[in-house]
Amino acid sequence: MTASITSSPDQGPRFELGAHVLTAHFIGPLALFATAEGAVAAATPGSGLEGQNQVDQSGLVLAVAASDGKALIVAGERGVVRRVTLKDVSDIAHCSGAWPTALASGPDGAVAVAAGRKLSVWRGGETIFTTQAPSLVQGLAFAPKGFRVAAAHGGGASLWYPGQPAAEPTRLDWKGAHLDVVFSPDGAFLVTSMQENALHGWKLADKAHMRMTGYPGKPRSLAWTVKGKWLATSGADAAILWPFQDKNGPMGKAPKEIAVRGDSKVTRVACHPQVDVVATGYDDGMVLLTRLDDLAEIVAVRPMASAISALAWSADGAMLAWGSDSGFAGIFSARQSV
Amino acid sequence: MQEQIPVTVLTGYLGAGKTTLLNRILSEPHGKRYAVIVNEFGEVGIDNDLVVGADEEVFEMNNGCICCTVRGDLIHIIDNLMKRRGRFDAIIIETTGLADPAPVAQTFFVDQDVRAKTRLDAVVTVVDAKHLVARLDDAPEAQDQIAFADVILLNKTDLVSEDDLKAVEARIRAINPYAKLHRTQNSNVALEAILDRGAFDLERILSVEPDFLDGHHDHDHDPDVVSMSLTIPGDIDPEKFLPWINEVSQTFGPQLLRYKGILAFKDEPRRFVLQGVHMIIDGDLQRPWKADEKRVSRLVFIGRDLDQAALTAGFEACKA
Repeated sequence: MTASITSSPDQGPRFELGAHVLTAHFIGPLALFATAEGAVAAATPGSGLEGQNQVDQSGLVLAVAASDGKALIVAGERGVVRRVTLKDVSDIAHCSGAWPTALASGPDGAVAVAAGRKLSVWRGGETIFTTQAPSLVQGLAFAPKGFRVAAAHGGGASLWYPGQPAAEPTRLDWKGAHLDVVFSPDGAFLVTSMQENALHGWKLADKAHMRMTGYPGKPRSLAWTVKGKWLATSGADAAILWPFQDKNGPMGKAPKEIAVRGDSKVTRVACHPQVDVVATGYDDGMVLLTRLDDLAEIVAVRPMASAISALAWSADGAMLAWGSDSGFAGIFSARQSV
Repeated sequence: MQEQIPVTVLTGYLGAGKTTLLNRILSEPHGKRYAVIVNEFGEVGIDNDLVVGADEEVFEMNNGCICCTVRGDLIHIIDNLMKRRGRFDAIIIETTGLADPAPVAQTFFVDQDVRAKTRLDAVVTVVDAKHLVARLDDAPEAQDQIAFADVILLNKTDLVSEDDLKAVEARIRAINPYAKLHRTQNSNVALEAILDRGAFDLERILSVEPDFLDGHHDHDHDPDVVSMSLTIPGDIDPEKFLPWINEVSQTFGPQLLRYKGILAFKDEPRRFVLQGVHMIIDGDLQRPWKADEKRVSRLVFIGRDLDQAALTAGFEACKA
């Protein structure tokens, strides 16, 4: 590797939230952090931590950014799904029984939530679609166009049109346990992460399979670079980027490895919204930014003895929010650096 | 590296006394906080802050190992429990009476994230002294639960005669002579006997002589599940042993419920410790042999229809 690592002083505030950070998300210049103990904290790069709101008394299991970018969607241990904005917290869905296992935000305020095999889609505070998946659902995603939801489960993935509840789902079969699921930004591909330390993909037009293997760990963090050219993934000692420029996806092509560190595992990846820059978070708390053009790297967060568990760029790409599994969080100002 | 959280698995048939035991564990003043993972969520009152419902989702792994299964729901729950570590000191998993213990145990071998953060402390099986014999005759799960146990509570002993108790114990010993067996009423046992056992810590398991009753194996009743112990008084050759035990796991994996061993490798000052569930083997070099300790190589198999002659001959051929 020829690119040099420039160690820059940590830029921006760093603070302690006291619990595992599940997700970070920017609403304008304000960064929100959801923790496993049920709090949502707000912070800005200028003044640091501005406040914390206990949005779920029982603790949170899942948190995702709303598809409109204007809220965080969180699911608690008792199965209540809430929309958290800067102004208020509202109940928008619920599932009963076991802890929720998957959550996704869709178009026009729709939200999909699963608990075990039970999957439901809600909109306007009401259930508009319910179904039973073939096995435990651990990942949900809405298609970028239209109103379609995909679930990753044991034995593959399934796709439904919640607006056409009578229609048979599309089944994408592949033996093994499928965990997270993402659509490519153009909607042409569906990719799942697997218990078996691999990714599996399908070209939706013909259900052609794409096997992406060789990971030493489970690739649980998946992020698309600008226009979906690359799929960046965690699960190795480098960020692994699969090429999706071609109409057949990554088949027959080698992935690109960036931000290689022999001594640490990548836990989270987040792609800059406008340029080809990938933020890579490791199990020792370091965050590295890599520009894909020339592989130039800078250290955004120095190691700190806890693993990066959340990474999110602001919509303008000027700031990167990060959180760790032991409850530290911060905001890195990237404007000068990228 | 954070300390691994101990996990106790409670198995046994409905009505054997599992829930009574669980509530005793939770209510005694031991100062420990437990996260409890239960099935039949909400059906039986469990008084604890952190109770999570599980749905026994068994995943077949797509890794070329035909009997390699894990509990996907457990992986998901443990992953999420570890995000709220401040709330508990240990985990208890209660399984349903019909549950196969193998996927539960295999989860702790196969999933590297679960394995990094937790350790399987013991499988505790609660059995009903009055009904166990009938269960063993008609239900393979009942045999599996005995075979997998590190600790067995022979409960409701007040409902049967001493002769019947001896007969039940003989049946249990024929399947698994290595588990610690306690006679109880109302699941009343000192909690030290079941918690923090380190039973999956082979050091302990194999240092205890198997608790055979009068030295007799009674294979008439349970022709399928048997246990066998093999000993070589001295060193073995790892070049021969490792390929052999791998082949054993591949050939006999589906029949092998649990196997364990402590082995003296030639020219190796440390003890090689291994354990397996079906086709999954886990082994590594651990502490050195002590000066006053005899270098002995020992293997234990518990399984169905074991080819005892082949296993014995195979192990003997590994002598250094």
